[in-house]
Amino acid sequence: MTVETSTWVTKKGLAQMLKGGVIMDVVTPDQAKIAEDAGAVAVMALERVPSDIRAAGGVARMSDPTMIIGIMEAVSIPVMAKARIGHFVEAQVLEALGVDYIDESEVLTPADEENHIDKHAFKVPFVCGSRNLGEALRRISEGAAMMRTKGEAGTGNIVEAVRHIRTVNAEIRRLQGMREDELFVAAKELHAPLDLVRGVAAEGKLPVVNFVAGGIATPADAALAMQLGAEGVFVGSGIFKSEDPARMANAIVQATTHFDNPKVIAEVSTGLGAAMRGIALEQIPEGERLAVRGW
Amino acid sequence: MKIGVLAVQGAFAEHLRVLRGIGVDAVEVRLPADLDGISGLILPGGESTTMRKLIHRWGLHQPILDLAASGAPLFGTCAGMILLAREIAGGEEPVFPLLDVTVERNAFGRQLDSFEADVAVPILGDGPVHGVFIRAPVIERVGPDVDVLARLDDGRVVAVHERNVLATAFHPELAGETRFHRLVATMAAEHDDPGEGSGRRPHPTRRTARPAS
Repeated sequence: MTVETSTWVTKKGLAQMLKGGVIMDVVTPDQAKIAEDAGAVAVMALERVPSDIRAAGGVARMSDPTMIIGIMEAVSIPVMAKARIGHFVEAQVLEALGVDYIDESEVLTPADEENHIDKHAFKVPFVCGSRNLGEALRRISEGAAMMRTKGEAGTGNIVEAVRHIRTVNAEIRRLQGMREDELFVAAKELHAPLDLVRGVAAEGKLPVVNFVAGGIATPADAALAMQLGAEGVFVGSGIFKSEDPARMANAIVQATTHFDNPKVIAEVSTGLGAAMRGIALEQIPEGERLAVRGW
Repeated sequence: MKIGVLAVQGAFAEHLRVLRGIGVDAVEVRLPADLDGISGLILPGGESTTMRKLIHRWGLHQPILDLAASGAPLFGTCAGMILLAREIAGGEEPVFPLLDVTVERNAFGRQLDSFEADVAVPILGDGPVHGVFIRAPVIERVGPDVDVLARLDDGRVVAVHERNVLATAFHPELAGETRFHRLVATMAAEHDDPGEGSGRRPHPTRRTARPAS
């Protein structure tokens, strides 16, 4: 029997198993337990949730391995962790720790302003953010086995995530209506490899699972993302910056499953306490927006 | 004949696609009402801790046990197999204790240990099944009434069958494999319309045996 590990099928397969679920940002093993008990399909281990990163300023880096190991020991669900864009040594460290997925994330301060990590070179699968189809396909060609929208992390404001998932899906629909000879130009315009563009035109979806992230703060936000075509959601600051994190986490899980059932969303949204305090996009200076990091 | 796929979380779309690809009517099951009129149920891969909560929260537990008790086939892959086991190593509560086995979650380790390997499954014919194992469970103990359908080279059990319940540690739905789904569809059709010899109801033309005088 030939046994092959870390294949493309197993890498993107784990993301397929996470579909219809909620991946939650956690900063301590205790928070990871709360997330698991609330029904999270995975946790993202990081040092500070995005809204605190935004408030603290300075350079945001990969988390302390002690904290990541503590979280891996605390829960039985998959554990993801973030590396800076282009910082392949942080990714090597995360792989050595044995995390289940690496997020090459714009939430941290980029380490390279030209190159992303060569994700094919790793055994651990990667998830990356995108704002549009071309960006998503470039990340996939570099080896990303899962995608997510960028949204605008740490704001509790879903407007950017909505823009990004609508853009990706509208661009996919546009490709589907094209003749074969028009796909060459489309690939050029998208700055994406032709074979990936052809695949998307034929299948009507990305070749990997696509989640929505960045600004989800309520059960209705999660259901909105799902109705717009997300295959699952990441929730960062929205849970542990709310009044009652365990209840909010559980309600977002329920709303993600029953995204097309308004009665259920109404039921789980009742009496949740305050959601995180949000920030309007106009209040964030251009230079402090995270979604524009990466290209 | 309709087969349901539990769609509270996980890779349910892949199972729906395989079922529809072999011409079977397939529906998503999120609430008890979705179970009406189905002749079999697939429990997909996903996170068993999440699926367990959603099953209880939305009242699916007893209706699914009732469906199994009626003789309709149930098929679990990966997390679905964990949901069907009578015992879970480490002492977690079982969900649907229908298979007399003990499963160990994440038995091969973390994602870095996920793998692909061809597995012989004799009841499906000579061609092996391409097994995709993702943070997969394994069966540690097999009860006396359970048929082992497949083992790895090291002897570990990765597919089992007991009465109307089937389970695999791997994902046929990710490997272009349709034989398990065809088997489930056949079992579901037999459940709907049992023929002579099924023992579930007497055939109209069958004579009952008379005691020898």
